[in-house]
Amino acid sequence: MDIGKIDQIIDKHDSEASALIQVLLEIQSENKWLPKEALTRVSEKLAVPMSRIQHITTFYKTFSLTPKGRHEVHVCVGTACHVRGAQNILDTVEEVTGVKPGETDPDLNFSVETVSCLGCCALGPVMVVDGEYHGNVEPAETAKVLKDCACSQEQ
Amino acid sequence: MAKITSPAELEKLREKILSQRDPDKLCITLCSGSACHATGCDPVADALAEEMEKQGVVGKVDFRRTGCHGFCEQGPILVVYPQGICYLKVKAEDVSEIISATVKGGKVIERLLYVDPNTGEKATLEEDIPFYKNQQRLVLGPNRKIDPKSLEDYLAVDGYQALVKTLFELSPEEVVGEVKNAQLRGRGGAGFPSGIKWDFARKAPGEQKYVVVNCDEGDPGAYMDRSVMEGNPFAVLEGLMIGAYAIGANEGYIYVRQEYPLAVANLTIAIEQAEEAGLLGENILGSGFDFTVKVHRGAGAFICGEETSLLNSLEGKAGEPNARPPFPATRGLWGKPTNINNVETWANIPLVINKGADYFTAIGTEGSKGTKIFSLVGKVNNTGLVEVPMGTTLKDIIFKIGGGVPGGKQFKAVQTGGPSGGCLPEDLLDTQVDFDELTRAGAMMG
Ligand SMILES: Cc1cc2nc3c(=O)[nH]c(=O)nc-3n(C[C@H](O)[C@H](O)[C@H](O)COP(=O)(O)O)c2cc1C
Ligand code: SF4
Ligand code: FES
Repeated sequence: MDIGKIDQIIDKHDSEASALIQVLLEIQSENKWLPKEALTRVSEKLAVPMSRIQHITTFYKTFSLTPKGRHEVHVCVGTACHVRGAQNILDTVEEVTGVKPGETDPDLNFSVETVSCLGCCALGPVMVVDGEYHGNVEPAETAKVLKDCACSQEQ
Repeated sequence: MAKITSPAELEKLREKILSQRDPDKLCITLCSGSACHATGCDPVADALAEEMEKQGVVGKVDFRRTGCHGFCEQGPILVVYPQGICYLKVKAEDVSEIISATVKGGKVIERLLYVDPNTGEKATLEEDIPFYKNQQRLVLGPNRKIDPKSLEDYLAVDGYQALVKTLFELSPEEVVGEVKNAQLRGRGGAGFPSGIKWDFARKAPGEQKYVVVNCDEGDPGAYMDRSVMEGNPFAVLEGLMIGAYAIGANEGYIYVRQEYPLAVANLTIAIEQAEEAGLLGENILGSGFDFTVKVHRGAGAFICGEETSLLNSLEGKAGEPNARPPFPATRGLWGKPTNINNVETWANIPLVINKGADYFTAIGTEGSKGTKIFSLVGKVNNTGLVEVPMGTTLKDIIFKIGGGVPGGKQFKAVQTGGPSGGCLPEDLLDTQVDFDELTRAGAMMG
């Protein structure tokens, strides 16, 4: 990731150490994951020891220290979605992409994560693909959404 | 918007906005909360813009995208005002007919109406739908009237009037007194009296103090805070400013969980608009009161809903809880006195200040005043967001509003208060929603 971009994000938060989590969140949304060089830069500029950054990035579930796929799939497994068949959706996702929850395929096509409640429980099960919400999804529709993703990247 | 420097200027602006609005003018509102994005409100909005152009009604009809109407399962929801004709599960294909038949021809499209699953009866107007009819939407009400991205819309529904009253007519002690008299209790779970908590923070020694909004809402199945924050961020902000004035804080933080990007987006716009209009910043409306606020996104950790964890997270640390005491009211953010409340608690404040403690205490039960928002999910006919006066029985919520169990099946149990709450069987269905009643029954509010 471009150091200039990282500096820009840090500057936006006035290089305040208390903004550590916000800075990391922005780097992650820019780059999808947190590479070592980025963390080193953050540590220098915010004057926060690397050990604390390590603690933060492992404590909060959102942060990823490994590369993410081009497409991010989140399947809600909160109570309401669970009751309405989230497991079937997860199975379908794995069938279509070959990726298990918490993992990314070697070609970096898909990353799959489970999440807890997205706050759309009336529509469970809910799946989010690249930030787009899909409510009341069934296995057939799940497969279609993911295949459309895969096609769009081949072009 | 130009900076507003006095209450008189604000009132002039409000009058101007209202004079440009004709209550009899046709207005189409489309619910655009998170859930409606999942059911496809964007294609409907695109189709609407296109059809309005094509059928030549631009200018004659207003179009507004609002926050959550609460009936998420039936989304996207489209309402045609002034009549209030309510269409459910609207698709892009329906839009052309909605414009030609309903907007131009005044005719109702039967197939888009609500059908009662028990009686087969249709309901044309929003207020005729049993789901809405039995609610009292004091906090959620403005959600369907305003575009959460429009300060003008909020001003049109008397927005920031409570702030003006607070800054120009009331002393901090009087504000705390009003909240105490209203007997408002925290909506975040424990039900602690908010006025008493504010008083602790106000009386705590120290120059620097903070106010914080807890929008972590970690309990699965709960999304009332999300809907308020997405649909009416102004009310939360206004409540926060009033609280800040009351306890003597000039800085506030709003902690929003990672999973709520739309809430963050709408809130950020509301803050920018307030800054631009001089409703935030230095010398607000010429009152001498300064206040700034920052939005802080969570990073995915359930425990951050707990207040001491949340404050640690705000400081940029891991969200691990501290032992209490000391309570945040004396030693909170960066060791300074801090008052933290839940989203819904803050959103009730403008109401309490505008209408007064007597109005507020007239609603609810002996120990729990006002209304409470619930998210009704699971195996009930109507799922969605429900706001009822405290003291409403679970039976009324599940059967009158929720329409009972689908297929006329036997009712088994209802869970309240998320994982920290409890499950109540059928023989406890007459339990009233009230902090003390629910605790007595072994469950929790929420
Ligand atoms: C494990 C745990 C999780 C909590 N989660 C939330 C939450 O998601 N939202 C919330 O407002 N309060 C939550 N609380 C309660 C807060 O600690 C705090 O009491 C509340 O924000 C105070 O606001 P109120 O007085 O307006 O209710 C949680 C408490 C615990 C112990
Ligand atoms: S979004 Fe709602 S339904 Fe889905 S898991 Fe969450 S709580 Fe449940
Ligand atoms: S988000 Fe549309 S009804 Fe709730």
